[in-house]
Amino acid sequence: MKISIPKIIIFSFTIFLLSVFWLGLKINHNYDTKSLVGSKISKFYVTEINNENQYISEEDLKKNKYTLINFFASWCSPCRVEHRYLMSLSNQNKEIKIIGINFKDKKINANNFLKDLGNPYDFVGEDTDGKISISFGIYGIPESILVNNELIVIKKIIGPINQVQFNDILKSIQ
Amino acid sequence: MKKNFSFLIIYFLFLGPLSSSDNKTELSEIYKNLRCLVCQGQSIADSNSDFAATVKLVVQDQFNEGKTKDEIYNFLISKYGEWIVYQPTFSKSNLLLWTLPYFIFIMGGVFIFLIIRKSKNNKAN
Amino acid sequence: MLSNIGISLVVLVLILSFLIIYTASLDLKTSNKVIKKNIYKLSLFQITFTVLSFFTLIIGFINSDFSLINVYENSHTAKPFFYKIAGTWGNHEGSLLLWVNILVIFSYLFLVFNHKHDKKFRLYTLIFQNILILGFLFFLLLNSNPFNSIYPIPLEGLGLNPILQDPALAIHPPLLYVGFVGCSIYFSAALASLLSDYGGRLFAQSIKIWVKISWVFQTLGIIVGSIWAYYELGWGGFWFWDPVENASLLPWFAITALMHSLIVLEKRNTLYHWVIILCLSTFTLSVTGTFLVRSGILNSVHTFASDPSRGIYILLFLSFMIFSALTIFFLKHKKETYNFNLRSRETFILSNNWFMAFFLVTVLIGMLYPIFLDVLTDEKISVGPPFFNIVIIPLVVPFMVLMAIGPKFGWIKSQKKIYNRILLLALNAIVINLLIFYFFGKYSLLSNLIFIAAIFLILYSILDIKKFFNNKNKTELPRIISHLGFGLLVFFIGLNHQFSLEEDFNLKVGEIKKINNYKINFEEIKIKESKNYKAVIGNFKLTNFDNNFVQYLNPEIRIYSNPETLTYEAAIKTKITSDFYLTMSNVSRSDYYNIKFQKKQFMIWIWISALMIALGGFMQLILKKNED
Repeated sequence: MKISIPKIIIFSFTIFLLSVFWLGLKINHNYDTKSLVGSKISKFYVTEINNENQYISEEDLKKNKYTLINFFASWCSPCRVEHRYLMSLSNQNKEIKIIGINFKDKKINANNFLKDLGNPYDFVGEDTDGKISISFGIYGIPESILVNNELIVIKKIIGPINQVQFNDILKSIQ
Repeated sequence: MKKNFSFLIIYFLFLGPLSSSDNKTELSEIYKNLRCLVCQGQSIADSNSDFAATVKLVVQDQFNEGKTKDEIYNFLISKYGEWIVYQPTFSKSNLLLWTLPYFIFIMGGVFIFLIIRKSKNNKAN
Repeated sequence: MLSNIGISLVVLVLILSFLIIYTASLDLKTSNKVIKKNIYKLSLFQITFTVLSFFTLIIGFINSDFSLINVYENSHTAKPFFYKIAGTWGNHEGSLLLWVNILVIFSYLFLVFNHKHDKKFRLYTLIFQNILILGFLFFLLLNSNPFNSIYPIPLEGLGLNPILQDPALAIHPPLLYVGFVGCSIYFSAALASLLSDYGGRLFAQSIKIWVKISWVFQTLGIIVGSIWAYYELGWGGFWFWDPVENASLLPWFAITALMHSLIVLEKRNTLYHWVIILCLSTFTLSVTGTFLVRSGILNSVHTFASDPSRGIYILLFLSFMIFSALTIFFLKHKKETYNFNLRSRETFILSNNWFMAFFLVTVLIGMLYPIFLDVLTDEKISVGPPFFNIVIIPLVVPFMVLMAIGPKFGWIKSQKKIYNRILLLALNAIVINLLIFYFFGKYSLLSNLIFIAAIFLILYSILDIKKFFNNKNKTELPRIISHLGFGLLVFFIGLNHQFSLEEDFNLKVGEIKKINNYKINFEEIKIKESKNYKAVIGNFKLTNFDNNFVQYLNPEIRIYSNPETLTYEAAIKTKITSDFYLTMSNVSRSDYYNIKFQKKQFMIWIWISALMIALGGFMQLILKKNED
């Protein structure tokens, strides 16, 4: 077989293609939004769950060194499981403020939930129709976002916080 | 001429039941271009999931405020990444995606053109 | 016991494949003009045992023999009889056994029906085909064995997924596999042709019928899949450019191109190397498609449960296939001279291939680009329907024009008398399109062009049919029907896209929604207990203000207990001019139901046109049989 340029190109291209397939087998194909870490959160406006005259906005977050924004609901069972980590954070640490946003829930159920399990939140906001969650890039419950005072997302925890992620949060806020 | 006329009349009758209003709403088009993050390969338009329902509300709000399609897409891309839109953006990293098919089409055309020209030369000789 | 029988049969087939390769290689060296009798015998045993192994698996499903893991995972005693059988090929391992069956059946039939052709060519084809068979058998035995057994034997199976119990879904895989896997025989034949220097007309004649058979089945398989998606999946669409759909489309483009090029190879003894490339590409694309779908590398609605080890094996096999084919092709490739006149049928057929290659490459790039980007740059993007529609649809316009006028040109060279007719029909098409545009709705420039081109193709085909009734020349009829079908398909899809109605809204029981000239009254919710599910049925009254036409639509939400799944059954009323399509889903923690109402214009004509395309191909198979 004569060695010619077109043949070299075709063979090389085939090797390239098959290598990409090979590498493609190794990577994870479930999409998550972890790549959004490092982006800045946009303007928002959340009213307090029990008092519609009280509200919180992105301006308030600039006052905190770190803020953990946690989306939860009374009907969500993994939220119950992660709750103790939130309680632990709120008790231990004054560096971090915790904001809870009650997602697609009823006020009375949310209040009962916090009465039963304790209230770790410095502010509890309401997101009855879920629209606020979209402006934070949330797609499931529970989900938590750790931001700094420049409103940059440092960490995204998709699903309930576990021991490893809890330790990570503590490390990040040192 | 008569033949042509009868063609036309048949088409007319057949197409009679068409509704004449503009039915494909732009909103529907936007829903179809958005990908449901918690589903296996469904658009926001087709999915019955909670997430899809919430995104529809947000898109409706922005649409009614007068935001354009692209503004809505860019908003969601900034929150969820480029993965959420089915139409790839016209960015530098997608340049190859949009241009390679046409490039190959042109190459094919050139190829055929060369074959025909070579045939003409062969004939001439 | 079935497990042992099954595995023994498969091992026997494996041994036979080795024997066939061995005896065929020996027979190649003899100067005899006739193939040795024992090769026929070995092939006969091979096909017998292969089919028996498949029946063994079917029996396992019919008897609900849960000692076979495959039956346990994919069947259930309560499954209806027909679906128990269909369950055989509705899973990865079983479908792989079906692949092997088709490989063997085609191998046998090609051997037996090609007496007129060169001995070396037939033997090489047999050898290559059996190498492919061995590849799949090893995959089956080592990784995906449908006959693996389990102990202790479970009392009940897991496989009662209601979505899979549907007649269209039952026949869709076998149809597609005859298409996908049927390509293997001309892949092997192409390599054989190169090695035995058996090309030209004779080669074209030997593979012609196999190409047509695989084309018809592939076309039908794709259509049935679309019909199923429309009636069962509840989104009202029929094509989503989903990776699995695209994987079936890639070989279809190649087979269509091949089918057309074979005409040129047979008539004018040219384009031989291009035909070889197409033959090699088709099966390669089938295996690539299988790789992409079964390895889990692509996210799709219809993926089988994926397993990375499958991906590794298929990729190795695919690499081996591609490199062997490339090597043999380059070794035996000779320069070919072309003699193409611009105004000749050959050139138009070449342009069909040109467009088919473009469509193929676009779909392939669209499928692979996200993978490439992810692997090379870690960026994750989606490539979905908008990409494919934007890139492909504009070029369908010139494609249809060429489809109409191409067949009018004679071989080698053609006269000028055609142009007057072309102009006249083009004008007619433009007028009809303007009438539609003026009276029925405004649409974009591109849509205008699509309609004009489609109507042009339709008019031309109708004229051809009239000519057929005059001179009774049957040879052109299949082509006319298929091309007419394609024109009608594009025409009706265009009308469907422009004039359909679609609304997404939330409604409570008792509420009314007005859309244009329709009123939808959500009258009530009924609960119905059925054998294995509970149904929440909505009763909707649809009224058309213009003519007081009333239609009741009853979509359902079905709650299955075993396994615990939720399905949404659309209410579909199919009429001549349009379908009404209504789906209902409950909004969690609310009294509201999310309703999607669609009026899909000319839906049934889309199916009829698509089937017409396949019909043309089918007619050609039958007509050729009658001639012989």
